[in-house]
Amino acid sequence: MNTKPAQNPEFAIEFRDVSYEIRDARNEKIDLARERSIVSHISLAISHSETLVLLGRSGSGKTTLLKLINRMLAPSQGQVLVEGRATTDCDAIRLRRGIGYVIQEAGLFPHFTVAQNIALVPSLEKWDHARTVARVEELLRLVGLNPAEFSSRKPRELSGGQRQRVGVARALAADPPILLMDEPFGALDPVTRAELQREFSALASRLKKTIVFVTHDIREALLLASRIALMEAGRLVAVAPPQDFLTHAHPEVQAFTNCLDTPTGGSQ
Amino acid sequence: MSPWHFFAEHRNEILAATFDHLTLVLIAMSIAIAIAVPLGMFIVQRRTLSSIALGITSVFQTIPSLALFGFLIPIPFIGGIGRRTAIVALVLYALLPILRNTYVGLTGVDRSILEAAEAMGMTNAQILLRVRFPLALSVILAGIRTATVITIGVATIAAAIGAGGLGTFIFRGVAMVNDAVILAGAIPAALLAIAADILLGQIERRLKVL
Repeated sequence: MNTKPAQNPEFAIEFRDVSYEIRDARNEKIDLARERSIVSHISLAISHSETLVLLGRSGSGKTTLLKLINRMLAPSQGQVLVEGRATTDCDAIRLRRGIGYVIQEAGLFPHFTVAQNIALVPSLEKWDHARTVARVEELLRLVGLNPAEFSSRKPRELSGGQRQRVGVARALAADPPILLMDEPFGALDPVTRAELQREFSALASRLKKTIVFVTHDIREALLLASRIALMEAGRLVAVAPPQDFLTHAHPEVQAFTNCLDTPTGGSQ
Repeated sequence: MSPWHFFAEHRNEILAATFDHLTLVLIAMSIAIAIAVPLGMFIVQRRTLSSIALGITSVFQTIPSLALFGFLIPIPFIGGIGRRTAIVALVLYALLPILRNTYVGLTGVDRSILEAAEAMGMTNAQILLRVRFPLALSVILAGIRTATVITIGVATIAAAIGAGGLGTFIFRGVAMVNDAVILAGAIPAALLAIAADILLGQIERRLKVL
């Protein structure tokens, strides 16, 4: 993929020969300077309304790739296009408010109620009160939580699964066309995880969002993905829909599919 | 003369000194908070500046308090004999615990929370004021509490440079070799410290978000 004009509306997200290396932490982001890995020469186009699962071992660069999309990280080389525009040409704050983000442990604000957490982006965008309240109720119902019961609770009064549901609701608040999810179900017990995976799968097909979903769990990838992109040591080694993925010849794919054979493993 | 007898006879004087002491502490603490908390918020994302600021305030803390009062006397504008000099010294002492706790509280916010805040499109100022600060409040208050208790104690020494307060009795008692007079300064000072500790401790617990 060479440099073409920056307009390419057929893709929601496009990586054009993107590399990211750790540079010396500038003083602006001391806290987030750790745990970054390197990715090199990534080219990948993600269509509208598809659920692309980034699969790979820990440290393979999945999260780095995700953070390049909403410019939590800026590419050292190449371009990341969101809705046809290079992320480095966009205002990072505006870009992020238009992209939902869900992380492991949800990252909810402990001093906010559930409703305030969900209303975060609407409040930043200065929605009026009535619209915000209506939206929060709608979203709580969408993720299967009763608004009357949960709106005024604090995150500490929720179970892990409920927190993660609130995390999804918060990401969806301003109805962003793109949703980024970084191992959102990784910290849940297996039963809750399976429950949320099923519900999320149904939700995803209903909402028609472009979803980029990071996981190291091949079962989760097979369940949720419209396409699986496998990362190994900062490189993209295989991209295929789930049904073709299992028969892919790459040794790293084999390593992952082997997990499926062991009766107990795979979901950890 | 028994201490109780002395207390009873000089209760108005002791009460006035206690009031002086309290205002000295309140003024010094207000200034110290007004400097240290905003400074802490300013340095939180500036690594070099934060070590410089914490380093300088630590140095103040290592100077023996009596010496610090002495050093300040010859300095123009802020120095001299009296309350103003005492307040400057007390402020310098109170800075470190407040600044350190502000810094630790603001930087100690859970990484996933900060990451989520950034990813939601909050600006650095919004993250600082709406996320870091409220979550750090109980830690900041713990620093204010420590500083207050220290300041109440150190303020007794301020009497040595003519700032008044409960230290007046202590110095007088030492000079007269009279325990009753010393206690007339020491007991109210200790009670003030305990009361401040309990009161601020309660506020601190109320602010704790877990």
